[in-house]
Amino acid sequence: MTETERFAPGTVLPAASFPITRKDLVRYAGASGDFNDIHWNGRFAVEVGLPDVIAHGMYTMAVAGRVLTDWIGDPAAVQEYFVRFSKPVPVPDDGVGALVEVTGKVTKALDDGRVQVDLTVLSAGQKVLGKAVAVVRIP
Amino acid sequence: MALDQSFVGRTYPPTPAYEVGREKIREFADAIGDPNPVYRDPEAAKALGHPDVVAPPTFPIVISMPAADQVVYDPALGLDWSRVVHGDQRFNHERPMRPGDRVVAVVTVESIKSFAGNDMITLMTEMSTVEGELITVARALLVARAAEPEEQP
Repeated sequence: MTETERFAPGTVLPAASFPITRKDLVRYAGASGDFNDIHWNGRFAVEVGLPDVIAHGMYTMAVAGRVLTDWIGDPAAVQEYFVRFSKPVPVPDDGVGALVEVTGKVTKALDDGRVQVDLTVLSAGQKVLGKAVAVVRIP
Repeated sequence: MALDQSFVGRTYPPTPAYEVGREKIREFADAIGDPNPVYRDPEAAKALGHPDVVAPPTFPIVISMPAADQVVYDPALGLDWSRVVHGDQRFNHERPMRPGDRVVAVVTVESIKSFAGNDMITLMTEMSTVEGELITVARALLVARAAEPEEQP
């Protein structure tokens, strides 16, 4: 297979699933500096009308991005990355947490040896990112 | 209440420089569960042509989110920050962030819209080194959800 074929539109990226627990959210809060209560405080989350503590949208964006970077190899190849947060990802404190499932596909060949990749990101069967699109420079 | 349209185009003062550290990159990579050596091992990064380890694609949020607080908590704008949710996020990267980068963020209000009582504000954050090299442009849509209808007497 030539390099061009490896990255041709229609190419399916290796899918991945990411379990998310409360501990992951606490660790991400610390690393990112986003200590919003809705991401760790169940009492507060329910008070503001959420079903439970929810994952940081940026955490979901980051783990979904792993499907891109694991596929392309060099994270610097990700030149543009856009996501729309359409549904929250509740992370119950039940010893299991949530599961985020990510698939991706090359949808367009662009100029300068770049391609567009569309990701589909689901949790509990629901699309949690309404749109997730990246522009990736092929090596 | 709809936000003041005159804020569109307004640019806030540059933030103090944030110095990217190797251990902060590792901590962030650990937090997103990504074992990629390019985030930790300078030799692995050099093998891909980088001068040092690089930060993951969403790492710049560590800088852009606090920078956006200038706008979110600006009393003159009057955004109801208790009702703000993150609508969407975009990064346009010139290159990944690396240890030793001293990064200054400049936030501009790109658009303000109102729909069904929700205030929608797009903030564009340019992150550059103190030497003036543009690294990344982040755009965040923040949505202040409509207040609950007042209870009937």
